[in-house]
Amino acid sequence: MANALDPHAAIATTASGAPDRGSLTAADGKPLARALARSQQRARRRAFLLVLPLLAFILITFVIPIGQMLQRSFYNDGFSANMPQISAWFAENPRGTEPDEAAWAALAADLSASAEERSIGVVGTRINYDVPGTRSLFTSTGRQVRRGIEPPYREALVEIDEDWASPRLWSAMRNAATPLTGNFYLAAVDRTRADDGSIRQVEERQQVYVMLFMRTFWLSLLITALTFVLGFPIAHLLATLPMRKSNLLMILVLLPFWTSLLVRTTSWMVLLQQQGVINDILVWMGAIGSDGRLQMIYNQTGTIIAMTHILLPFMILPLYSVMRTINPSYVRAARSLGATSWTAFRRIYFPQTLPGLGAGALLVFILAVGYYITPALVGGSSGQLISNMIAMHMTDTLNWSMAAALAALLLGSVLILYWLYDRLVGIDNLKLG
Amino acid sequence: MKRTLVLSTALGLLALPALADVNLLSWGGAYGNSHLEAYAKPFEAETGIKVVISDADNPATPIKAMVEAGNVTTDVASVEYADAVRLCDEGLLETIDASILAPVDDGTAAADDFIEGAVTECFVGTDVYSMVLAYDDSKFPDAKPASPADFFDTAKFPGKRTMRKGAKFNLELALMADGVPAAEVYDVLGTPEGVDRAFAKLDSIKNDVIWWEAGAQPPQLLADGEVTMAFAFNGRIFNAAQGDGKPFKIVWDGQIYEMEGWVVPKGAPNLEEALKFITFSTSPAPQARAAEFISYGPPRKSAAALVGNIEGTEVPMGPNLPTTEANMTNALGSNLDFWVDHDAELNERFNSWLAG
Repeated sequence: MANALDPHAAIATTASGAPDRGSLTAADGKPLARALARSQQRARRRAFLLVLPLLAFILITFVIPIGQMLQRSFYNDGFSANMPQISAWFAENPRGTEPDEAAWAALAADLSASAEERSIGVVGTRINYDVPGTRSLFTSTGRQVRRGIEPPYREALVEIDEDWASPRLWSAMRNAATPLTGNFYLAAVDRTRADDGSIRQVEERQQVYVMLFMRTFWLSLLITALTFVLGFPIAHLLATLPMRKSNLLMILVLLPFWTSLLVRTTSWMVLLQQQGVINDILVWMGAIGSDGRLQMIYNQTGTIIAMTHILLPFMILPLYSVMRTINPSYVRAARSLGATSWTAFRRIYFPQTLPGLGAGALLVFILAVGYYITPALVGGSSGQLISNMIAMHMTDTLNWSMAAALAALLLGSVLILYWLYDRLVGIDNLKLG
Repeated sequence: MKRTLVLSTALGLLALPALADVNLLSWGGAYGNSHLEAYAKPFEAETGIKVVISDADNPATPIKAMVEAGNVTTDVASVEYADAVRLCDEGLLETIDASILAPVDDGTAAADDFIEGAVTECFVGTDVYSMVLAYDDSKFPDAKPASPADFFDTAKFPGKRTMRKGAKFNLELALMADGVPAAEVYDVLGTPEGVDRAFAKLDSIKNDVIWWEAGAQPPQLLADGEVTMAFAFNGRIFNAAQGDGKPFKIVWDGQIYEMEGWVVPKGAPNLEEALKFITFSTSPAPQARAAEFISYGPPRKSAAALVGNIEGTEVPMGPNLPTTEANMTNALGSNLDFWVDHDAELNERFNSWLAG
C-alpha cells in the first residue's frame, strides 16, 4: 500500500493527479504495474531475441542429437519395423504360448519380405545383440527363403537351420517385437533376460560393465584428489608471488594446457615406458637393474599419471582465481589474535578457497569420467575406462543402442553426483574465475 | 585470382566431357595414391573417362548416409570386406554382375582367377592386407621366430609382445599357436571349448603383452625396444622396415588376411561408367601395378607374377605381399560371418578377461 512516506507513491499520485489511494498509475493514466510489466516484457523479448541464435545453435547441435542418440538406448525398431507379421503375432499371444503354424507362417512371410527388401541384415543384427551368433542365421535363411518356401513352414525353416526351433531365439524375437526395450540397460549393468522373461546376471566371464563403471568412478575420484594435492600449493604460490614472477610461472601452467592432448599423452609414453627416459635414468644411477625396469605405463599407473598431469590445469586455474581475491589481512588478523599458522590456514584461509576447490574438483571429476583417448593409449589392460567401451560399441560393433545405454547411465550417475554435490556443498558456492 | 577462377570455370564448361566422370571415394594416403596411379590414370588414358577421387576416413560411413538421404554422389567406393557385406545385407549397394570381370589373357575365367571370397554379390576385391607377426631382427641374433607358436614362447624368444586390443585376430592366432591348422580355426572357435582354449593360450602370455589400439603403435613400440615381437598390420611393418630402414622382419606363417574392394552405392549416378572402371581396375595388369605402390596383395592369382619392383626402388615387391604363394602357407582368411555374429559376445569376454 502506498503511504505518505513512499517517495514513488508520491510521484505517481502527483503525476496522475488522482487521489486514488488504491492503485498507482503511470503518466498516461494506466495502472503502473501493467505499464511496468509491459516495458519489462519488451526488454525480456529483446533479450530473448539476442540469445535466440545461441539457443538455436545449442538445440540443433547439442540437445537434439544427444536426445536422438539417447533415444536409441530404449528404442530400437530394427526387428519390429521389418518383421511386422510375427511382431503382431507376439502382440496377440502372451509369453509362454508355443509358436503355432500361424506364427511360423508369419515368420516365413516376414523373412522372405525382409530378404527381398534387403533389410534382413538389420533384423539379424538386432536379434544378434540378445542371442550371439544369430545374425548369419537370419541372412543365410533370408537368402534361401527368397528362392521360395513351402508350407508347413515350421518343418521348412527348421530344415534350413535347426536353430529356428530354439526357445531362446523365440524369446529374443518376442523381446524385440516391440521397439521399446529395456534390454540395453539390462546389458549395460551385466544383466540379461532369461528365456522365461526373468532378469538374471550374465555369466561371470561376460561381466564387464559394472566393474568398469566402478573403476571409472574410483579412478576419477583418485585423479581429482591427486590434482588437488598437487595443484593447491602451486595455486597458492601463484597467488601470493608478486605479479611479475607469478605471470612467468603461470605460463608454465598454461603451456601444457595449450598443448595438444595427444602430444602430452605421447610424451608420457616416451618418459614412462620400460625403455624410456625415467627407467634409463634409474638404471644409469644404479637404482634398479637393467632387467628390473619398472612397468609404469600401459597399466592403471600410466592412466593415473597421464590423466592427473593433463587435468591439473583445470584444478589450478579456478583455485588460483579464488586465491587471488583472498584478502591476506584475514590471515594476519588471525595470527595476531594468537592462532598458529596451521589454525589460521585451516580455519581462515582454506575455507575461503572452497569455491575454487569445488569448481576445480567438479571440472576435473567430470572430465575424468568421460576420458577416452588417454586411457586408450596408455591404459593397457587395467587402465581402461567405461568410455573405451562406449567407443567400441560406436565404432567396432556398431551397437549404437548399447553405446547409448552405457552413455545414458554415465550421464545419469554424473547428474546424481552433481545433485549430491549441490546438496552437500551448494552449487552457488562455486567460482570458476 | 578471381580472373583465373572465372577463366578456368569457363574452360571447364567448354571442355565438358562427352562421357560422365566416375566419382571414386577412397581412403587417401599411400593407399589412395595407389588407386590414383594404378587405376584412375591408366583408365582415363584408355577410355577417356575421368576419375574424380575424393577421400573419406572410412568410405563405408558416408555411403549409408548418402543412400538413405537419396543423394548419392559416389559411383564407386573402396570399402573393407566386412563393411561391404553389412551394407549389402542392408540393401545399400548395387549388385555387381560377376560376368563383367575381365578374364585373364590366356582365357582363364575371372571366377577361377580371383581367390576365394574375393567376389560377392555386391563386392569385388581389389587388394588383400593381413595381420602378421613381426619381430625386431636385432633382438634375436641366433634363432629367429618362425611361427605363431614362437610368438607365445617367451622362454625361447624373450621380451614383451604387442597385440591389438580386441578379440578379433588374437583368438585365431592363439588357436593356431596351440596347434590348430588354419583351415580348422573357425570350426574350433565356433565351440565354447574352442573359445576357452584360445583364452587359455592367451593367458600364457597375458603378462607380457602391451595392447595396441592405433595401427601406428606396433612399429613405434618395436622401434622403441618396448617389445620384441608384434602382431600387426603388414603394411605398417613394411613401411617401417622399407621406408625407415628398421630391422623388422615379418613372419608370414599364421598370417590372417582380409580384403578391401569396390562397391557401388545404390542409385549411383554413373552406373555404366562405374562398372567399366571396376572391370578395368580389377583386371590383372592394374592390380599388379597397384601392389607396387603399397604392400597389399592383388586378389587375382594371375596378377602375382606381374608385380614388379617397389615403386621408386630396385627391390621386388613380391616377397612383401600377403598373397605371394610362399607367404600363403598356413595363412588364414578372416571369417567375416563369424565375427559379425560373435563380435560383441567375444569382445565382452575379452574385455572381462583383460581386466581380470
